[in-house]
Amino acid sequence: MATIFQGVGAATAFSASNSFDSQKLHLPSRRSLSERKASIFVVRSDARVNQARNGGARRAESLISTAVATKPDSSAASTSSKPGHELLLFEALREGLEEEMDRDPSVCVMGEDVGHYGGSYKVTKDLAQKYGDLRVLDTPIAENSFTGMGIGAAMTGLRPVVEGMNMGFLLLAFNQISNNCGMLHYTSGGQFKIPIVIRGPGGVGRQLGAEHSQRLESYFQSIPGIQMVACSTPYNAKGLMKAAIRSENPVILFEHVLLYNLKERIPDEEYVLSLEEAEMVRPGEHVTILTYSRMRYHVMQAAKTLVNRGYDPEVIDIRSLKPFDLYTIGNSVKKTHRVLIVEECMRTGGIGASLTAAINENFNDYLDAPVVCLSSQDVPTPYASTLEDWTVVQPAQIVTAVEQLCQ
Amino acid sequence: MSFSAAKCVQPLPLNSTTPRSTEKPLSFDPFRTSSSFLGSTHKLRFNGLSKTAQHNSHSRSAVVAVSDVVQEKKTKAISNLLITREEGLELYEDMVLGRAFEDMCAQMYYRGKMFGFVHLYNGQEAVSTGFIKLLKKEDSVVSTYRDHVHALSKGVPARAVMSELFGKATGCCRGQGGSMHMFSKEHNLLGGFAFIGEGIPVATGAAFSTKYRREVYKDPNADQVTLAFFGDGTCNNGQFFECLNMAALWKLPIVFVVENNLWAIGMSHLRATSDPEIWKKGPAFGMPGVHVDGMDVLKVREVAKEAIERARRGEGPTLVECETYRFRGHSLADPDELRDPAEKKRYAERDPISALKKYIFENKLASEEELKAIDKKIDEIIDDAVEFADESPLPLRSQLLENVFADPKGFGIGPDGRYRCEDPKFTEGTAHV
Repeated sequence: MATIFQGVGAATAFSASNSFDSQKLHLPSRRSLSERKASIFVVRSDARVNQARNGGARRAESLISTAVATKPDSSAASTSSKPGHELLLFEALREGLEEEMDRDPSVCVMGEDVGHYGGSYKVTKDLAQKYGDLRVLDTPIAENSFTGMGIGAAMTGLRPVVEGMNMGFLLLAFNQISNNCGMLHYTSGGQFKIPIVIRGPGGVGRQLGAEHSQRLESYFQSIPGIQMVACSTPYNAKGLMKAAIRSENPVILFEHVLLYNLKERIPDEEYVLSLEEAEMVRPGEHVTILTYSRMRYHVMQAAKTLVNRGYDPEVIDIRSLKPFDLYTIGNSVKKTHRVLIVEECMRTGGIGASLTAAINENFNDYLDAPVVCLSSQDVPTPYASTLEDWTVVQPAQIVTAVEQLCQ
Repeated sequence: MSFSAAKCVQPLPLNSTTPRSTEKPLSFDPFRTSSSFLGSTHKLRFNGLSKTAQHNSHSRSAVVAVSDVVQEKKTKAISNLLITREEGLELYEDMVLGRAFEDMCAQMYYRGKMFGFVHLYNGQEAVSTGFIKLLKKEDSVVSTYRDHVHALSKGVPARAVMSELFGKATGCCRGQGGSMHMFSKEHNLLGGFAFIGEGIPVATGAAFSTKYRREVYKDPNADQVTLAFFGDGTCNNGQFFECLNMAALWKLPIVFVVENNLWAIGMSHLRATSDPEIWKKGPAFGMPGVHVDGMDVLKVREVAKEAIERARRGEGPTLVECETYRFRGHSLADPDELRDPAEKKRYAERDPISALKKYIFENKLASEEELKAIDKKIDEIIDDAVEFADESPLPLRSQLLENVFADPKGFGIGPDGRYRCEDPKFTEGTAHV
């Protein structure tokens, strides 16, 4: 199984210039857009009776819901006089993990190269030195078995964090994730809990080839009994990591290969995010753009153009891929009456498809136009950069989609 | 005894006393002669597989060797007996319980009281009893889809198991698991795994927990042992090999118990496995491999004792291959037409319960009346279990959504901003999820 080292270098390039190669990406994607317009705008009609529930009961818990980086146009540059500390996304994950390991001796890490090597994306760097080889366990390359081992350990009192070196490798652990993570609490009549976190890098990177560029959230979403979250900023990466570890439910935490070197200033004081809440990235009035993980940055890039053209889009990072935060999403839909979903997931059976269904079921009465969903093309992610760019949604497509949606 | 590298090559010390296998005539055909190994009469075509023959002679020696160890030990003891009267009665009772329970399951299945796949354990009782009756309550057991009797041996009440099979709310998993998913946290029965091999990693994880508690928490009482039961078919699955490797690598307190009943549904072990001697895969991973007659509870118990104690001492895992036989089809849906009647008859004659009975009588450990009293007691337990299960209520609708998430916040936040699980429809079980 191949390891990917590409992420660190590539992501540095990404975070260093916040503009994210916009020129390079805009031109080819515009060209492609005109060719594929028909396939992008699939009109979804859903004649279901609207079940929108009214009432504005306040949420039981109020958690920190805005991050420093969630400002519409967050800049990597921060002055050192500001409070908090600046770190990269992989360091934020590591910090969250370390804090939880300090706090609770039952928290342990297992996976390929998480120990002495420090993780292929350095999320577990130096943790083995600090906590020992047993708490930061280097496993043989045997995904199904070490994931199952994590489950057995979780059933008997530990809180393991299992790393998939690449999310795609977890396909080899699908049986354990589905049958045991997802079902065992239920089939045991509630006797055994599985407080496990399964995490790792996924998504389309820089020419990693088809197998290493997968978005497994579409496969995992129909497993009952698991929760799925995707992080997108150092701030939410740390907060979600900590929340996932503390959860009594099995949680899959999706990281993105291209986001590990994003830099952000985060608070010094401890914080934990809610696993179930979406994040308001940019409030707006004209259209709701729902996105997550790396596509958040494509959306924000498009938002810049859209604002220049007089649009005021509301951008929400849904963060919780299962379950959806219907409150935040619903409030936005009720305000803008138009929804665009932008995801890196596959078009067929993806998160966007589920989200579209959820919006149509719950908020149909509030929609002035059918929900539009921009997803990756249903093709194995190609190696060549041109083809790869055409596979995932590009900012120009988002701009066009919003313009059409708001006509 | 610590497990030194030198011993890794041949973890069974007595192996070295056996004649070199090459001294055997190469024309020896293990499957056509009176080999003690693998009693299937399934016909195989051999193309001069002399290597297999060599292996076989080796294995036979190993079995004999284990028995020799047992015998030798006992002659040194005050009594010549392998078990005390109390132990004998306990083993007998547990085996009869397993047998009677499964026979009743068949009846209840045909009477339409239980549904789905029901895999019965008849014939293999010596393995469950021989191993599990040596465990403490804190020790863990991980089983397969053929798990009723493992649950019973571990102490899960017959009522709770029968009720689970009836799909009732009083079942050990509230009717949510069924025949192939028996769990009991109280008895440290970690399942009930319905797919081949998937229980082995979970068992490995439980053993890892014990090691973790001992070494990270410095808990001196963390000496629990985990038993992973699985069959011959599983031994060709990757999870088996992966976990043997990890367990040996980290010296986990686990015993891998292969219940080789020679058949993976309709696939003969000999047709499925390049080298049918599963026990030999232990040494390949640096752990002892032992082959034992799985129809003899006393032999199983002796081997089990050593393997469990070894794990408890922190000396690592053991692979034990128990050669046994199931007296019924793979499941109650299997007409069992493939297996040779002569083969079935041969094993029926070696019924592990009859064998133990014989031993008890020959050594005057108990009278026939005493054993009959046990039979009667078990019949009453089984009848009571059926009655209990029959009268127990079916799960209510309110149960439907209760155990999907340990923390029901996992159902998420609804359009009204509340956690959906706060909606009364969730407690009623009528919510749409």
